[in-house]
Amino acid sequence: MSSFRFDSPIPPLLYEISRTGRRAVLLPESDVPETPLPDHLVRSDADELRLPEVSEQDVVRHFTKLSHANMSIDTNFYPLGSCTMKYNPKINEAVAAHPGFAGQHPLGRVSDTQGALAVMYRLQHMLAEISGFSAVSLQPAAGAQGELTGILMIRAYHESNGDTRRTKILVPDSAHGTNPATVTMAGYETVEIPSNSRGTVDLDALRAACGDDVAGLMITNPNTAGLFEEDIVAIVDAVHECGGLVYGDGANFNAILGIVRPGDIGVDVMHFNLHKTFSTPHGGGGPGAGPVGAAPILAPYLPGPVVTRGGTDDGDYRLTMPDRSIGRLKSFHGNFGMLLRAYAYIMMHGADGLRAISENAVLNANYLRVLTERAFPVKFKRTCMHEFISVGSVYDGVSTMDVAKRLLDYGFHAPTVYFPLIVKDALMIEPTESENRETLEAFADALQAVADEAQSNPDLLHDAPHTTPLRRLDEVSAVRNLVLRYQR
Amino acid sequence: MAYIGNTDADRRIMLDRLGLSSVDDLFTDIPAEHRFPELELPPAQTELELLRDIESLAAQNAAGSGMLSFVGAGVYRHFIPAIVSYLSGRGEFATAYTPYQAEASQGTVQTIFEYQSMVADLLGMDVVNASHYDGSTAVAEAAIMAVRSTRGRSRVVLSGTLHPEYIQVTRTYLKPQGIAIDVVDPPEAAGATGPTSESLLAAIGDDTACLIVQNPDFLGRYVDLRGFADEVHARGALLVVHVDPIATALFTSPGALGADIVTGEGQPLGIPLSYGGPYLGIFAARKELVRKMPGRLAGQTTDTTGARGFVLTLNTREQHIRRDKATSNICTNQGLMALRATIYLAAMGPKGLTEAARLCYQNAHHAARLLAQIPGCSVLPGATSPGAAPADVFFKEFVLRTPVPAADVIERAADAGVIPGLALDRYYPKRTHEILIAVTEAYSRADIERLADAVRDAVTKSADAPARKEAVR
Repeated sequence: MSSFRFDSPIPPLLYEISRTGRRAVLLPESDVPETPLPDHLVRSDADELRLPEVSEQDVVRHFTKLSHANMSIDTNFYPLGSCTMKYNPKINEAVAAHPGFAGQHPLGRVSDTQGALAVMYRLQHMLAEISGFSAVSLQPAAGAQGELTGILMIRAYHESNGDTRRTKILVPDSAHGTNPATVTMAGYETVEIPSNSRGTVDLDALRAACGDDVAGLMITNPNTAGLFEEDIVAIVDAVHECGGLVYGDGANFNAILGIVRPGDIGVDVMHFNLHKTFSTPHGGGGPGAGPVGAAPILAPYLPGPVVTRGGTDDGDYRLTMPDRSIGRLKSFHGNFGMLLRAYAYIMMHGADGLRAISENAVLNANYLRVLTERAFPVKFKRTCMHEFISVGSVYDGVSTMDVAKRLLDYGFHAPTVYFPLIVKDALMIEPTESENRETLEAFADALQAVADEAQSNPDLLHDAPHTTPLRRLDEVSAVRNLVLRYQR
Repeated sequence: MAYIGNTDADRRIMLDRLGLSSVDDLFTDIPAEHRFPELELPPAQTELELLRDIESLAAQNAAGSGMLSFVGAGVYRHFIPAIVSYLSGRGEFATAYTPYQAEASQGTVQTIFEYQSMVADLLGMDVVNASHYDGSTAVAEAAIMAVRSTRGRSRVVLSGTLHPEYIQVTRTYLKPQGIAIDVVDPPEAAGATGPTSESLLAAIGDDTACLIVQNPDFLGRYVDLRGFADEVHARGALLVVHVDPIATALFTSPGALGADIVTGEGQPLGIPLSYGGPYLGIFAARKELVRKMPGRLAGQTTDTTGARGFVLTLNTREQHIRRDKATSNICTNQGLMALRATIYLAAMGPKGLTEAARLCYQNAHHAARLLAQIPGCSVLPGATSPGAAPADVFFKEFVLRTPVPAADVIERAADAGVIPGLALDRYYPKRTHEILIAVTEAYSRADIERLADAVRDAVTKSADAPARKEAVR
């Protein structure tokens, strides 16, 4: 049994401790001549604003206690496959909080924002260099928006060539759900390409699907099984030969920094997840940032504005719209605070440092794969990249979810479960480069202990977790009896 | 490397266990001709070197050089209580991810539930989701949701006084889905105030899924929407209202006005300007529409002992379950920004938030009065005098018409350390003599007087002699 314990009970809702008249923040009295309010337009008593009334100490204790009810990278090993839960350097936060950036309005004059523009310009350039693309736009706010950006660019390319027959996007069946959802949002139809027994794209099936109705392919490489698509050159060639373009999903880019550049192997457009590869905090589910890099053929279609250099009285850097831009994906210039953090991270690594990240991420994953395969068999028995997939349902009457919940009792966040869909009952494990050997070995020991318990005392797993502030939560009744806000 | 866990000795042990002689042997699946490219990047910096670099870059921004700016146009300088950054910076929040394992993530899921509850109360709406990327993408997703919620209707009508960048984003999102957009009376001409209620209603046809209005609108004007929802509904369309969350503390809530979907830019709720993001897309709807909503939702449930807890719910709407049939491809929300907004709302409380909204209103009107007294200047919509109710209502932002080009006024005022606002010709090229000015509770009376003095001086000097650039032309 693990010694891990969450250290305080979960606090009630702020509404439940609210007392009329209690205050946290006081504001000054107005000291300007009074202007009457338009009484007919202001909130009526029936429409009274009802928010919790609490003291500042109440707020601090509430959120501090809530924070204790979370596992996080700062407190626990968090091997959530495909999410790259690496250490988030604290210098990133200091840089993003600098008042010269945090206080800067996005519509400041060009001459007043040269520092911010310089950061964006350098980051565009560095991301392009790392990935082998000719241009980068920092607009997209998240990976999913980066995907949408890429497919809209492919669409705009075909439309500008008068090629409107192409209605389909090929998506391997191992892809994240965002890929097919993105295809739909971009007005295309998804054609699913099966995987082969080695966990990679079935090349024959892909070739058979290529035709003059194919706008492109979305491919995640390394894929969600943690495997490098070794036929990638043939895959890219097949799509290009039928007139389609190739979108690279950069979700797993952490495995290939300085190892291989997607642009060099023929990928036409790709997004980066700055919150995965480049260490910006995941924030309990965002914000992310999903910059997009493009080969010369698609660079004119990048969303804008992008930062370019040269030639005005207002300064060296300026914002411009690419020639054939698909337009804006969000207001202003991307999730700048996230861009700053990624800039800091890349600047602190340099070329050798980036390669070391991927080397260590891949070494850690392979070491952990070998350490754990006795407890839970690994689906694809070959060298993996940054992550690997185990099968969680090998012990009678014990599910992958039971294993995941039991791991929480050992003080480890669970791996990603039941994904990718091509592996039944998957446990998807990604250790990242920031974990050391002792942690990997402790996690492997925990998995072995859970495997032993699955055979000797399966109810221990069925009833898990035991040490979390709440026991297993009922997701079915949450849907059946929808309560989405505090009930008075 | 600072952020890598293992030592050389560790790596040796691990490679031995794998039966490999070198780390390079892990990468044989990668085409040899493309393996291990040389990256041309700046040499690695230490933390100290990086900070020097950052200091010099930050100093090249106005915010780093002490300028007093009155630029708003969608995102604003508001007061942020110290506890917002203090608490939201906790690593247990910042370095957690999506609460896939709810039992180990109650801090995050309960926070989302509290966010949904407080924002729902603020907007007078039934259901709020866990958030979108920003106000613009919330508007675009609202348009898509409206089309999905109204059978056979494939157009959307946008008020011309919706933020111009939101209109652009909505076009990007809707075009590939074949949803047509009608923009009614964009205020492109000098002095224009945008569409009337009548022209908006007239634009709703049999195939219109929704009408989207921003209130206060892009030019700062607060539109009287009483009775308007009934008119929109009578034409078979949904009403989408995009709001400033601070304004909703003071004015009748959009829910009470009958809105079907409400979006908002949540940046004013404790989120720094940060040169454009990350921000917070607020998204709310009536409960009848909840299954058409995009984005994450936290819901209440119980654990096996009957204790209350929270989980992400209605996941079958979402991409990871429904794949190509999902309501949106959105995966993340703006978790950390929603956390900031939740802490902000808790700290402000109903009284603090209302006081902030009243201060915005008072300060903005005081600024407008002072500026309207400058010879040749006038304020849209309608200047006010002390003690008199304004003819036309605005909240914290208004348009100043200047007798000389706005760019000249701004450039001269900036020389005196004040950026009076946004030159409207950035979005409407014909509006060369107008400045959009935002004043919130964060500005003191002295700041406002400094603004008025700077603009007065700039107008006077520009009238005497054209600004530098004009002289060159």
